[in-house]
Amino acid sequence: MKRYLPFVIVAVVGLATVVTGTMLFRAKRPSVPISKNLTASEKPDADARHVRGEANAAVTLVEFGDFQCPPCGKLAAASDQIKEGYGSQLRVIFRHFPLHNHKHAQEAALASEAADLQGHFWEMHDLLYREQAAWNKADNPRALFATYAGTLGLDVDRFKSDMDGPEVKERVESDQKRGTALGITATPTIFINDVQIVPLPVDVAGVRAAIDSALKAKSPP
Amino acid sequence: MNSRAGNILYPIAAVICLAGLADATYLTVVALTGETAACGGATGCFEVLGSPYARIAGIPVAALGVLAYFAAFTFATFARFGYARARMFFGLTVWTMFAMTLWLLYVQAFMLHAFCRYCLFSAAIIFLLAGLVVVNPTPDDPEDAEGGA
Repeated sequence: MKRYLPFVIVAVVGLATVVTGTMLFRAKRPSVPISKNLTASEKPDADARHVRGEANAAVTLVEFGDFQCPPCGKLAAASDQIKEGYGSQLRVIFRHFPLHNHKHAQEAALASEAADLQGHFWEMHDLLYREQAAWNKADNPRALFATYAGTLGLDVDRFKSDMDGPEVKERVESDQKRGTALGITATPTIFINDVQIVPLPVDVAGVRAAIDSALKAKSPP
Repeated sequence: MNSRAGNILYPIAAVICLAGLADATYLTVVALTGETAACGGATGCFEVLGSPYARIAGIPVAALGVLAYFAAFTFATFARFGYARARMFFGLTVWTMFAMTLWLLYVQAFMLHAFCRYCLFSAAIIFLLAGLVVVNPTPDDPEDAEGGA
């Protein structure tokens, strides 16, 4: 019996590793594809506030993002690469999903909404991602956000006051609730025509492949 | 390695390998699911795991770590039961992992300027394993018969 003991021990550990890894993977894997039973108002793109592109575009990409999440930053930096060649066929929507363990993510989301109140959401969105490394570790990111607002030509006093106002907070929370209802746990989470891209992490090639597939599905046979 | 020391040290090495196996398994799952919420709030973790150095030919480095730790565990277990060749393979595996760890530490410190705590934990484990190999450098013992104790 002793002769076989090392084989048994190794087999048990190997099996335990595979089983544990599989269970962990299933627990962390996003819980989609999204159900087709969602009502129109529950869909990822419903009541979207931040939209780039035309309303009748064949493909709608909805990103649930966190301004402090590095993979989201990478995806934002590659957004031109993602959109290249699609023209008016692609519409992009951004929704907030600041993760609780990113201590400045919530404030960054509020800053982008405060900029939106002055009509400059996307400019602030791009700036926050571009400068992520700068404010990410800052003790007082609000000071930097105010500087960004000044750079974008916003009314900085109003921007600061709006950041603390109920309206921007409600907007961020509304997106978060929608994301939670959709089963989102990580960022960036991307939906192409209501279908979530899985598995994460999403990259340029993965997003483009999903867009191509959605376009193909829309085109007549 | 003499047999008495091996009887104590190989089980210790095997248990240390299990800790590394658990760490690498978790990191592999993180890499495959794109999980961003469970790095304990440390941004360095995201920067390291999201970097191009975290994959080799599309395969997460952590997955290679799982294989390496499992191999080290297997060799340590068989070495404990008197398989002489397992001792040699255990040493080879640990030194290969050690070299890889040095490279990954260099990448974190000088190329990414960010550290992942899980990667540092794995590095500490491999340093421990290398220490055990150094403490017991002689692989052969006439008392040990190939094929089991």
